[in-house]
This record gives sequence, structure tokens and C-alpha cells, in this order.
Amino acid sequence: MKEELTTDQQIRRKTIKAFVGFGVLSLVPIGVWKWINASSSLNNTLAPLRKTLEFNERLTGKILNDNHLAPIFPLSEAQRNVRVNGGVGLVSPLEEDYKVKIESGDNKFELTLDELKALPKQDIVFEFKCIEGWSQIQHWGGVRFVDVMNHYKIGQKDAENLYQYVGMETPDDKYYVGIDMPSAVHPQTILAYEMNGKPLLKKHGSPLRLIIPVKYGYKSLKRVGVIKFSDTRPKDYWALFGYDYFAGL
Amino acid sequence: MTKKIVLKHPLAIRWFHWVNFPLLFVMIWSGMLIYWANGIYKIQIGDTLLFKFFPKGFYSFFGLSGQLAKGMAWHFATMWLFTINGILYFSYTMISGEWRLIIPEKKSFKEAFQVVLHDLGISKTCPPQDKYNAAQRVVYSLVIVMGFGSILTGWAIFRPVQAAWLTTILGGYKLARIEHFTLTIGFAIFFVVHILQVMKAGWRNFQSMITGFEVKEKL
Repeated sequence: MKEELTTDQQIRRKTIKAFVGFGVLSLVPIGVWKWINASSSLNNTLAPLRKTLEFNERLTGKILNDNHLAPIFPLSEAQRNVRVNGGVGLVSPLEEDYKVKIESGDNKFELTLDELKALPKQDIVFEFKCIEGWSQIQHWGGVRFVDVMNHYKIGQKDAENLYQYVGMETPDDKYYVGIDMPSAVHPQTILAYEMNGKPLLKKHGSPLRLIIPVKYGYKSLKRVGVIKFSDTRPKDYWALFGYDYFAGL
Repeated sequence: MTKKIVLKHPLAIRWFHWVNFPLLFVMIWSGMLIYWANGIYKIQIGDTLLFKFFPKGFYSFFGLSGQLAKGMAWHFATMWLFTINGILYFSYTMISGEWRLIIPEKKSFKEAFQVVLHDLGISKTCPPQDKYNAAQRVVYSLVIVMGFGSILTGWAIFRPVQAAWLTTILGGYKLARIEHFTLTIGFAIFFVVHILQVMKAGWRNFQSMITGFEVKEKL
């Protein structure tokens, strides 16, 4: 009889202890949730989450090199109907004597389309990936960005180092992207002037646009007006709306 | 008649289980915020639409519209915790030997069917069981495999260039996204069935997932 009571007491004690512990510990995720949601925003993303995105960038961005290529596809798989998602920066009329403004330290000059076309042409058929979740196999042609850098000796901070970032802007400065240097010099990153073997249409960013397969589509700026190098992060249109700055794939 | 405390769920298993609960919830919720931006999947036979993911009103009812950036931020932060907890849980079951109670035996697949018939009230007999019945063994093992599947398909669409080999193995970017989504639907179905079964099994069983023990009466 006595033993039965102690077992009952034991059961009660253990049960109460477990449930109180469970209740108290349940407050932890609720607290974390509230703490994150109450924290300040960094460019429209809650600071702890923004910092984790930057952690992901540091972790996965460093392994990006020439050995990691976006898979390429046969030309026959390229879509004829290339999807258009954004037109920011394309509304203002384009100047007749279109030139790209380059700023690399003290070296400032302008490039014409013909000058860029004189460099070796590079075609790529790859799967363009939008951050919304759709993707499409597309065919673009142009000049490798790294070739432009080497040919015009831009992007060099000094004899040994490149700048850490490239910023690109539309001529009207309505749309702009920031690209880390490893992604910019990636062999598949091109300044494109052709789509499906023909000159770009306005909606696709004529006369010249960026195509950067190692990033989500929103980094592939249409209608390049300005290219400038820096060691601080250039402004980025969608990153200011809360999206990941790195946007690497 | 005396009562006896019978240990059922080790403390570690209870921890991993309950830690996983809010993590999986946040993963699915933030995943829905992401899926909304390109919510195109449907089940269709010929021209007959059977089901669209998701029907009209679904997003507004759960408040999932227009928050892609927020969804991605939460998803790509919580994924680390979800993965770590999953790996710890898996390692624990392996090291402790608990896996022997979970992994299906040869007879489990046949018996699982009998368990389902029993639980649906169609059949009166139920095959004998250890800690988990045959259906539990099959489903709990499947859920662990699904968890790994979600991590792999997730990375295949998170870093399809840097992990291009993984994306290719899984059938390409588009297919990997479908696989990732399908697994999530699988988790949602598991969750509903799991809750129903726990309710059916009763308070004593549920309580053991918190206290770790069940009270057995012996004559």
C-alpha cells in the first residue's frame, strides 16, 4: 500500500516537472520569434536575418571560382519567347550616341558599342533563373566582362589587387546592381548585345545588358549606362527592397 | 494492482522532436512565401484540372502573398537550424540503437497495411508491435528520408551553379524545385495524419512524448 503511494507521487512529480519544463522551454522559440521580429531592419530585412544572408554569402561565395560553371545547353533548347520581367530604367529615351561610362579609380572614360563588339564574342546558352522561381533556357551573345576589364585595364586597384565590387547603373540611374568581383570576373559573365543571334530588343535591355549566370536574374541589369568599380558595396535596387545582396546561385 | 513507470521516449528524442516542430513550421511557412511568387504547380489529367497549388483565396487566408524577400530571408536562416537538428536526431538514433525500433522490418510493409485497416476501423485485429507499430516504422523512416530529401533538393535549387552536380543528379533545376515542393506537401500530409493518430492514441500516449514515460498497470 505504501509503495503504491510513492509510485503515484513519483508519477505526479515527474509529470509536473516535465510539463513545467516543457512549458518554460516553449517560451524559447516564441521569444526568439519575437526578438527577431522586433529587431531593426537592414535594407528592409530584419537584422538577424540579413546577417544570416551575409553569412551564407561568406560561406558559399568563397567557393565560387572558374570551376563552378552554370550548366550550358545545346542551342536548340534555347527559348524563342524570352520572358520579360522588369522594365525599370528602360523608360527614359536613349541618347543617340550611346556610350558606357567607365569609372575605375581615377581612370574615367566612355566606351562605344562598336569598341566592345571589337573584342572576342562569347555566346552562352544557359538556364536563366529568376528569384521568383521560374527559369528558362536562353541564348545570349556578347563580350566577356573579364575580357573588357583586361583589355581596358580597368578594375585594378593597384598592381596586385582588384576592386572588391562592380556597380552598374542604367543611363537614367533608375535601376542599379552591385556585383562582387569573383562573380564579375567569372568566365560566364558577359556584357550582352545579342539575344538569339540578333541585336537586343528594348525590352531585353538594348543596346547592351549584363548577363550573369551565377546570379539570380535581377542582377542581370538591362541597358548598361555606367560601370564603376569600388571597395564598398555599390547600391543595389532589389537588395534595398529586402532581397539578398549576393543573390548567388 | 500496482502502477509502474515505463520509460518510453529518451530525453534526446523528445528534444529533437519538439525542437523540430517550430523549425519545420517556419520552413514550411517561409517556403510558402517563396512558392507564392511562382505558384504554378497543379495536378492535371489531360485537360482536366484536378487540383491547383493553391486554390484561390489560400494565400490571402493564410497571409502568404507578396512577401518573397521575407520568405527567403527566413528560409535561408532557419534552414541551418533545421539541418543541424535533423543531423543530431539522425546521429542519435544511429548511436543509441534507437534506429532498430524505427527501421521497417521485412514484415513491416505487409503489416503496415493491416495497421491502416485496423486504424480505419475496417479490421478488428492488429499485428503485435514493439515500441512502434509497422505503419509507424514505415512512415517515421520515410519522414527521415524525406528530411534528407528536402535538404538535398533545397541545396539543388539554392545553389544550382555551385552545386550543379547535385542539381543535375536530381534531374535539373525545374525538377528539383518540383521535388522540393512535393516533399513539403508530403510533410504537410504527414503532419495531419500524425496529429489525428496522436489524438486517436489518447492523452497517455501524447503525455509520454513530454514526460518520457508511460504508466503501466500490472496486476
